[in-house]
Amino acid sequence: MSEQKLQSQTVQTTGHAWDGDLQEYNNPLPVWWVYTFYATVIFSLIYWTIYPSWPLGKGWIGGVSNITYVNSAGETKTHSWNTRALLVADMNQAAVAQKPYFDKIQAMSYEQIAKDPEMSGFILSAGRSLFAENCAACHQAGGQGVVGFFPNLTDDDWLYGGSYEKVHETLMGGRRGYMPAFGEVLNGEQIDQLANYVASLSGIEHDAAKAGAGDMLFHSETAACFYCHTAGATGRQDIGAPNLTDNIWLWADVPAAGTAEGKVAAIRSVINNGLNKGVMPAWSGRLSPEQIKVLAVYVHELGGGQ
Amino acid sequence: MQTGLEDQLGLYQKRIPIFTRSVKGKFRRFKTSVLVLAYAIYFLLPWLPWSRLDAPAQAVLFDLPGRRFLIFGLTVYPQDVIWLALLLFIAAILLFFVTGLVGRAFCGYFCFQTLWTDFFIWIEYKVQGERPARVRLYRQPWDREKVLKVGGTHALWMLASLWTGLTFVFYFAYAPQLLLDFFTGQAAPAAYITVGILTLSTYVAAGLMREQICTYVCPYGRFQSVMYEPETLAVHYDVRRGEAAHGRAAARAGQRTLAERREKGLGDCVDCGLCVQVCPVGIDIRDGLQYKCISCGLCIDACNTIMDSFNFPRGLIRYDSEKNLASPTPAAPTLKWKRLKTIGYGMALVLMSAYLVYSVATRGNFNHTVNQIRQPLYVMLSNGDIRNRYQIRITNKAAQAQTYDISARGIPAEALDLGNFSEITIKPGHSALVQASVRLPLAVAAPTQRFELVITPQGKPAEATAEYVRFDAPGKRP
Repeated sequence: MSEQKLQSQTVQTTGHAWDGDLQEYNNPLPVWWVYTFYATVIFSLIYWTIYPSWPLGKGWIGGVSNITYVNSAGETKTHSWNTRALLVADMNQAAVAQKPYFDKIQAMSYEQIAKDPEMSGFILSAGRSLFAENCAACHQAGGQGVVGFFPNLTDDDWLYGGSYEKVHETLMGGRRGYMPAFGEVLNGEQIDQLANYVASLSGIEHDAAKAGAGDMLFHSETAACFYCHTAGATGRQDIGAPNLTDNIWLWADVPAAGTAEGKVAAIRSVINNGLNKGVMPAWSGRLSPEQIKVLAVYVHELGGGQ
Repeated sequence: MQTGLEDQLGLYQKRIPIFTRSVKGKFRRFKTSVLVLAYAIYFLLPWLPWSRLDAPAQAVLFDLPGRRFLIFGLTVYPQDVIWLALLLFIAAILLFFVTGLVGRAFCGYFCFQTLWTDFFIWIEYKVQGERPARVRLYRQPWDREKVLKVGGTHALWMLASLWTGLTFVFYFAYAPQLLLDFFTGQAAPAAYITVGILTLSTYVAAGLMREQICTYVCPYGRFQSVMYEPETLAVHYDVRRGEAAHGRAAARAGQRTLAERREKGLGDCVDCGLCVQVCPVGIDIRDGLQYKCISCGLCIDACNTIMDSFNFPRGLIRYDSEKNLASPTPAAPTLKWKRLKTIGYGMALVLMSAYLVYSVATRGNFNHTVNQIRQPLYVMLSNGDIRNRYQIRITNKAAQAQTYDISARGIPAEALDLGNFSEITIKPGHSALVQASVRLPLAVAAPTQRFELVITPQGKPAEATAEYVRFDAPGKRP
């Protein structure tokens, strides 16, 4: 009995008793825990008032806080707070910061831009992100392109010309490269002869006899290659006909072929099948004139300036 | 009888308020000098003017938006982050070194928690009076006197905390302008948030929590004891002398002089309790060395005062080593530094400090990094030449604009093409990016593994720096 009395003094119970002596300890939550809980309740109430919280049919309860920003046109806009509006505000803030640079670029000529270190620095960073967003999908992040699909922008060979104006023109209007499939008009032997001749132009190992015949064919009305590629086979930039005498290969993946036969075969395949995939979209409607100007300088710079 | 958890000692102990008695002595004088010196530096340094061409005239300014620290004549850029690493290393080693020699000297005399607590206790003492008066005030009901005195103390603490927080942000912007902006509501939100947090934390840490920070919060306090050695000097109570055969005893009639006490077998400790009353962390040093002790030396001052008044020899509580106290014939306590650990820390300290000084003294006026463009690593040009491209970033750390020339060694001079800029002029504290490309005929490119890029400030050929740069060509290396 005395034991029980002692226990009731030291141990708090809930006061209930079952089956005569079964009792339950009263162990309340720690005070700090309880107050922290109350604090979180109060916090959430404040949060609901300030920020968007509860869904409401198709919308939500907006909260009292607002986001105000100035867009690049100089207008002040206000939205109720949400992360999307926050992003829009951030984007506008960046656009406002970039505006003086873009305005300056619009007013400057390409030659002036090239000589201005500050502008060149801006184009290097702004151009990089523009290129990554719009061009890198085809031309790759560094502009190195993919042989057989997309031209390499970092070499010194330009299908349509590498001056600022030509690059600008390419960006604005896009390009469409085309070569007819000669498999339809020439027989296999003729195509083989042409392939050997084209290989000989770049100093690739070839059959001299076939190349000689190919030379004749190249400059004849039968194949009429010289119409586009010119009699010297150096190509025409006004129609995007490539120079066949240099070391740059876009369509026939000659560098990847291990053997001389493989290289000739790669060329033969292009002559036989022709090309209809050299399409670059026009960017004039998608990018602003200043952005295209930045890209023109950036791409020009990638090729080392030609 | 079964005992529940409730019967055992609780895990939580309510804080027992500490009312420290003020004391005079050499350790108190030393602490006060450190406090005054530290406060003078901390609170006045942001107001020290320093003439600069392109920055606010403030001697120490941590210019975060400008990405630079202006420290007197020195401008520190993010590239100099190694100095910060060295500084932190030196601070850590200094802490270890000093702790191995004289115990927690940092805690007792230099730690800002100790300094601010000391200052706050001084405010409390000035407003509410000496220890007995404060204890009486604590016990008395909330009458007018108590409200005024306690409220006044807290108001002054708040003020001191606010100025502490303000002074901190003064280091990050031009102080006079920031002070004006702050009270006219025009300062940056970051300033208000920082001041708010620091004011509150200073008030809580130095006013309300005090020794609990050292005991429960601070990690250094706990791990510093690991660095104690038997030879380490620390604040010790001489148990043998104080307790003798029959323990400590009050100085009543018949046991007042040393001779009488020796005869009765009583220790020299007169059990006045002053060492406990002056202790800012509320411990009894006579219980031995303990983790709560911040070794501030105030109990030494207190005990020496009492020893003097009884004409007993000083040093019943003193700086001494565990080893010396335990030896049968204790010698006078001396600083024992001839230990492997102390010498090791000392050497590391000297070496690193020397390196930091050397590094600061010999820093160049610019630095540069060269990145090879890796996409693509190389380009074959139409005539078969190989081209590699590079980005060169030059940072001008000098106080005036500088023009730099870039050239190459190990390849033909005409191979290097810098595009539109053959030289580049950079404003002080700025950096610029230069695009360079190197073009080599295939026959030359194949054996060329690397070449040297040389950057020369115009008019200062002695400061030129060179760096080896990789050159890639097809089929050369994995």
